[in-house]
Amino acid sequence: MKYFLAFLIGAIVGATLFVFGLLYNPFLDKPGVSPLAVTKDRKIELTFSAVPDDALLYTDNGDTIVTPHPERVAELWEPAINHTRIWVTLLQDSRGAINGLGIKYSSESEDTALLKGKAMANSLWHIYLPDQGTLLIDQTENYWSYLRDIVIPARRSSADTWRGTFYRIMTAGPSALGTARVTGGSGRFDQLLGEAVESLSARGYSAKLGPVSMTGGLTIAIPETEQSATERVSSRL
Amino acid sequence: MCRPRWHTVFRRLPLVNRLLKTFWLGLLAGVLGTAALAWKVPAVDVHRERSHVAVQNNGGNQETFLINLPEDRILVGLPGAETSIPAGLTWPGRQYLGDMQTELFKIRDRENVVIGVGSRLASSTETTGAFIEWALHFPARGTLYVELEVTPSADGFRNGTVQAGTREFAELDGTVREKFVSAADKSGESQGHIEIVTTLVGRFGEET
Repeated sequence: MKYFLAFLIGAIVGATLFVFGLLYNPFLDKPGVSPLAVTKDRKIELTFSAVPDDALLYTDNGDTIVTPHPERVAELWEPAINHTRIWVTLLQDSRGAINGLGIKYSSESEDTALLKGKAMANSLWHIYLPDQGTLLIDQTENYWSYLRDIVIPARRSSADTWRGTFYRIMTAGPSALGTARVTGGSGRFDQLLGEAVESLSARGYSAKLGPVSMTGGLTIAIPETEQSATERVSSRL
Repeated sequence: MCRPRWHTVFRRLPLVNRLLKTFWLGLLAGVLGTAALAWKVPAVDVHRERSHVAVQNNGGNQETFLINLPEDRILVGLPGAETSIPAGLTWPGRQYLGDMQTELFKIRDRENVVIGVGSRLASSTETTGAFIEWALHFPARGTLYVELEVTPSADGFRNGTVQAGTREFAELDGTVREKFVSAADKSGESQGHIEIVTTLVGRFGEET
């Protein structure tokens, strides 16, 4: 019996050590520097509140700690979409003025590999910017550092909260430099292709309510000049 | 000088008595077992419905998606409208989004099973040109970004083209047809359905 107990305790300690090693592996940390920091392309900077209650609409499968908003919104309970979340939010420019509307779909990805520090999501932004046009941003995001630095500490905290400073580039692909793909839809963005990154800046998280103080940012780099895009729109009309 | 026998030294170490040996063995099993579990068991298993794709004569494929109204509506945001969907939604006024209309839906396959979600944005008074477009997101498959013609055809369809696709749709190009079909049943429970038919071919003409 004592040998069995020794083995069991050893196994528990081993499993715990492995989990801690995985969580605090410094080689799995991703730098928070934007791959678009030095681009020469025209950049559009947009920000949004990443707190669900601040969104126009937030919905998921209804089983998470975040309450869908508004109260009577349809939940995504069907098997094919129950790993998906939808945000509808107003996008602001760097001065805080409302600059457009963004719809974000985020689905958990089968590319998630905990051993490699990958908690992946396939995300999509469908964006409308008044007097400019529409575009689509397709990206994969890695939530590993978000889980490790915010969610787990909040759950381990006796107050069920996390407070601190967190900033990460969440975009991990699909482009080679870890940027998102941008496809222009209409208006000035018609036929344009570009790159984007999404960042997340957090100060507060509750293990019972979800994000409390968080801001998201989108940096969109459009390789063509506005002038040439406008000329092409004019020629189409 | 007599050199110590290593196995004798090893045996004398307190860490290697039988009980501790069992503990170390358990620890190793714990580390390896957890690693094997993390490696083998998928953390995310996305449910996928069978795709109902019809092969076309030209080698492309055709697929029909349905949206039942009103049950598949998630959001309707209309500028200036007194009631938005869902109840309680505070939709921004014209000063922020102009006349742009936003709709969010659940998307079904032709067997009426929900397989994705999608958004339809439309504006007829946009200064940079009127537009109607769809983003169709299928979590297990990928996304289609579709631009539709603003003026519907004589037979009531609205034709469009695929602007971009991701994952399963990444290498595909093609056309899309959107049609609203009114409900035959006049009881009022159903308003009808939106039918979206995609006809996709490989970007370079290969079979898909």
